[in-house]
Amino acid sequence: MMEHVPISHVLIVTSAMFFIGVYGFLTRRNLVTMLIGVELMLNAVNINFVIFDRYLYPDQISGHFFALFIIAIAAAEAAVAIAIFINLYRNIRSIDVEEVDKMKY
Amino acid sequence: MSYVILIIALPFAAFVINGLLSGKIPHRFAGWLATGAIGVAAVLAWLTAYSYFFQSTSFEKIIPFQITWLSFTETLQIDMGILLDPISVMMLVVITTVSLMVFLYSLGYMQGEKGFVRYYAFLSLFSFSMLGLVVATNLFQLYMFWELVGVSSDLLIGYYYDKPEAVAAAKKAFIVTRFADFGFLVGILLLSYYTGTFDFAAITDPNHTAFTTMTGSLFLGLSVLTWALMLIFMGGAGKSAMFPLHIWLPDAMEGPTPVSALIHAATMVVAGVFLVARMFPVFSFHAPEALDAVAFIGVFTLLFAAIIACTQTDIKRILAFSTMSQIGYMMLALGVSDYGDQGLGFTASMFHLFTHAFFKALLFLGAGSIIHAIHSNDIREMGNLRKHQPVTHIVFLIACLAIAGIPPFAGFFSKDEILAATLNSSPVYFAIATFTAGLTAFYMFRLYFLVFWNRETVYEYKPHESSFIMLVPMIVLAVGSAVAGFIPFGKFVSSDSQPLHIEMNQTVAILSIVVAATGILIAWALYKKESPLSEKIASTLNGLYRVALKKFYIDELYVFITKKIIFNLISKPIAWFDRHVIDALMDFTATATNKVSAEIKGLQSGQLQHYAYIFLSGVVLIVLIMIFNYT
Amino acid sequence: MILIALIVIPALTALAVMFARDARQTKSLSAVGMSIQLILSFYLLYIFLKERAFGNTEPVLFGKRFEWYPGLNINFDIGVDGISVAMILLTSIVIFTGIFASWEVKEQFREFFASLIILATGVFGFFISLDLFVMFLFFELAVIPMYLLIGIWGSGKKEYSAMKLTLMLMAGSALLVVGILGIYFHSDVNGTHSFNILELANQNFSIEMQRIFFPITFIGFGVIGALFPFHTWSPDGHSSAPTAVSMLHAGVLMKLGGYGCLKVAIALMPEAAHELSWIFLILTSISVIYGALGVIAQSDLKYINAYSSVSHCGLVLFAVLMLNETAANGAVLQMISHGLMTALFFALIGMLYSRTHTRIVHEMGGLMKVLPFLSVCYVIAGLASLGLPGLSGFVAEMTIFVGAFQHPDMFHRVITIVAISSIVVTAVYILRVVGSLLMGPIKNEAYQHLEPAKWHEKLATVTLIVAIVIIGIAPLWLSDMIMESLGAILD
Repeated sequence: MMEHVPISHVLIVTSAMFFIGVYGFLTRRNLVTMLIGVELMLNAVNINFVIFDRYLYPDQISGHFFALFIIAIAAAEAAVAIAIFINLYRNIRSIDVEEVDKMKY
Repeated sequence: MSYVILIIALPFAAFVINGLLSGKIPHRFAGWLATGAIGVAAVLAWLTAYSYFFQSTSFEKIIPFQITWLSFTETLQIDMGILLDPISVMMLVVITTVSLMVFLYSLGYMQGEKGFVRYYAFLSLFSFSMLGLVVATNLFQLYMFWELVGVSSDLLIGYYYDKPEAVAAAKKAFIVTRFADFGFLVGILLLSYYTGTFDFAAITDPNHTAFTTMTGSLFLGLSVLTWALMLIFMGGAGKSAMFPLHIWLPDAMEGPTPVSALIHAATMVVAGVFLVARMFPVFSFHAPEALDAVAFIGVFTLLFAAIIACTQTDIKRILAFSTMSQIGYMMLALGVSDYGDQGLGFTASMFHLFTHAFFKALLFLGAGSIIHAIHSNDIREMGNLRKHQPVTHIVFLIACLAIAGIPPFAGFFSKDEILAATLNSSPVYFAIATFTAGLTAFYMFRLYFLVFWNRETVYEYKPHESSFIMLVPMIVLAVGSAVAGFIPFGKFVSSDSQPLHIEMNQTVAILSIVVAATGILIAWALYKKESPLSEKIASTLNGLYRVALKKFYIDELYVFITKKIIFNLISKPIAWFDRHVIDALMDFTATATNKVSAEIKGLQSGQLQHYAYIFLSGVVLIVLIMIFNYT
Repeated sequence: MILIALIVIPALTALAVMFARDARQTKSLSAVGMSIQLILSFYLLYIFLKERAFGNTEPVLFGKRFEWYPGLNINFDIGVDGISVAMILLTSIVIFTGIFASWEVKEQFREFFASLIILATGVFGFFISLDLFVMFLFFELAVIPMYLLIGIWGSGKKEYSAMKLTLMLMAGSALLVVGILGIYFHSDVNGTHSFNILELANQNFSIEMQRIFFPITFIGFGVIGALFPFHTWSPDGHSSAPTAVSMLHAGVLMKLGGYGCLKVAIALMPEAAHELSWIFLILTSISVIYGALGVIAQSDLKYINAYSSVSHCGLVLFAVLMLNETAANGAVLQMISHGLMTALFFALIGMLYSRTHTRIVHEMGGLMKVLPFLSVCYVIAGLASLGLPGLSGFVAEMTIFVGAFQHPDMFHRVITIVAISSIVVTAVYILRVVGSLLMGPIKNEAYQHLEPAKWHEKLATVTLIVAIVIIGIAPLWLSDMIMESLGAILD
């Protein structure tokens, strides 16, 4: 069935996903929303890995492995990020990204 | 002759023992230890002289001891050794004898001083260095001991270190001689560069091949050899207080009086004369211009110092200027001398060095005896002392007669030879030297009359004759001053180590006696009794008198150069330059870095999304570049 | 084996010191460790001379090689020649006395002694290594603790000084890295590059390459050897550093510069050295004279000594640049002599400061009366500094002057005379300081009751004085030992 879907279609979808993620990351002030943006980008990349694997090297599964790997890391990352957010919220009662600029200089 | 090494080693041992145990051993022990050491050395020195002069007929150079101390290159090395030849044996005798006298005298003079042990340690160090200097086998060994002599003299001048004047005098003495030694060192280097050796045996060999190269190459009209010898003479002039490097000697009188007797009258200050004598063959054969310079400096200094001596009122300073003047005579004699048969000047110079050591040491010891009794150096506070110090009076008179050149005292014979040698070479110098002989008689007897005759002075404490231990050395030296002139000196010491037959020049002898007697008579007329005449003469010669009293303002000139020019115009600006230019440059690089980083740190806003924007634009940019490059 | 011990012992001592229970234990541990080190250095001297006496003429003795990073041909190569042995002796004497001179450090004493000893470890390592890379490693190991030592235990504007010193020395190191890598990449030993000094010595580097890397290496080492105009870290650094650090820094660390210039810059790139030496000769003779004249106007004892070190270390580089064996021998002697006497000076300054709480010369006076022992030591140090025969300074200076004057070129001889004139200026400033510091009447009534020297202070000063006197009286063995090694370096 997949053979009937041209690769360009999938790529359009993933690009859209990726840039929606970028847009979200750049424009949202809420850290959780920004995290969702990051997840969107990651998943766009995941799909790319899988689809390229399927179309270019159908007899290999390295792309799948990459995807799995990224999913695992993303999960860990999300856990760390949420932990940071919670701590941040406890400290400054806000998770607005513009208020978190203590790291400058 | 291997016992000669003991002559040098004994004072050194005394120095080490007294120096390390200073404060732990009783004064008496330290004093007698040092005196005993120098006493044995003196006996050995006389023994050496006896066996050298009387048990062999030819006066060869003997090197009984020599080790390599430091080697620079295969050929150029510093040896430590002992060289015996007529002048070094003579110097050994003079130094050990005068040292022994001064050591004995100091036992009384310095009694009860706080730094007694330190005093004897330094004194022993001095004797050691001076002995090492005269027996040096090579120029560099001589230079080393030369420096050691300088520093021990410096330590002794500054003996009363809580007196600011003494400290300043020590500093001045050291720095002036150091400046002279700079010339000396450069001279040594120049000489050794061409000859490839420091050894006296090689350097003083007139046939050394290197000299032809050195006389061949000219620099500012004079040959390199002449320059080298003049520079070496500069060292000698510094140590021997020749004009214009003499300024330290009068100030050096801040040291204890026995020190002045030993170092600044009899031994160290004649080191310059010794140096020129040591190098004499080279001077004489290859650099007559340098020898002319020696003669000129000598004759100038002898007159110059004698004029100043006439106006001074500090007993030790008068003696100091008289020392300068007498050393001027020795230099003059060397300067006008020739080698070999015509070497009368050389012998005369050494002879005068020998006799001068006795009578000048005696004069200083006598002055010490006076100062010890009345606690003042100022001859205006003295008078009629002959009643209080009869023995001192007699020995002082003998010394004055000796220095004034009245026969049969020692000074007459040696000075007469100098005058005769000068007459052979330059009538002008002869005239000056003879005139100064009169001047010498005048200022010495001015001193004598003012101190021992003149008015009755009321003293705070009644002056007393010095103790036995101080009188003995003075009497011994007085005997020496009286009879040393009868030694047939030419038989032993001459420029080429061959006996030199010397006949007395009758005319010169009579002339010099007349001149000296005139000087004494004038002094007698002016100062025997209190009289206003001397004041009057001083006021008629107002300008000259003032200038001479201020020592021709040479000191002021030096102060001007050192304080005003070196300190304010060189040193301070350098210190400022270092802090405010060089260092500021270094600091500037640091502050510039700081400034730049402060300017660009605004880029780090801390806003996560700014970073993301910049990151993204970067990625886009790179991608665009890749795309356009690709197509 | 003994060479390994020379770096292992201080390293172990430093480690042990960190775990010491109290100040007493810290000090005794350091003292014991450094005494062993001192004994070991003398033993090294003994076996070195014995080997030489038996006719072993290898340029480097007791050599050992451990592979370290074969990919880049970096090896842990160690070995010593006469110069290194002499410098190791100097270092162990100075660190030994440095421990005793800092006996009264109270705060954070463990860290202080440990850093001090680590610094010494770096210096020992520097002197025994034959591999440029390892040498550089040890060089940095010696420089870094300096920052902490001055920054934490210093006085005055210590942060500024520590920063300045470290930054300037780091800039020098940066040049050094460039120089070393330049040498490395231009070398070709059996088809690979090499860091080994002995192998590099046989290389014929092209003159173009030498022209670039000789100045870089020379200046790189020159910065730590206080080459004009890169000397300004020295006055500030020394004036802020604690006593033992000043001693070690002026006494030993500044010598790394001269040593490096001789054994790396000049030994490996002789043609460029011949060609370009005149530039550096001018700079160094400026150092010599300018440093000496600069002292006269100073009034802080440490500044005085720092500038005089600039002058004396300038003489080291000056002599090295004369490119003949006698002068180079003089340079090494001068490094040792200056190391000993400047350590003595700084030790004494520290001891005086701890009593009078001032370092300004004209605020003190008449100290000879109240502190006879320390004052006599100060006078001896002064006399050594102005080159009195019988003390080490004379031997070193005269060897330099005689050597430099043997140069056939007129320019070199004239500039030597200029450098010689520094002995007069030295006399002026030394006597000025001695005169107003020790002589004269006592300036301050409170000074009547100063504490006399304690045993550890006496031990430190006497050790240094004995070394100075021994070299001054019997220099031949040392001079011969150095001379033998110079033939291989300057052929």
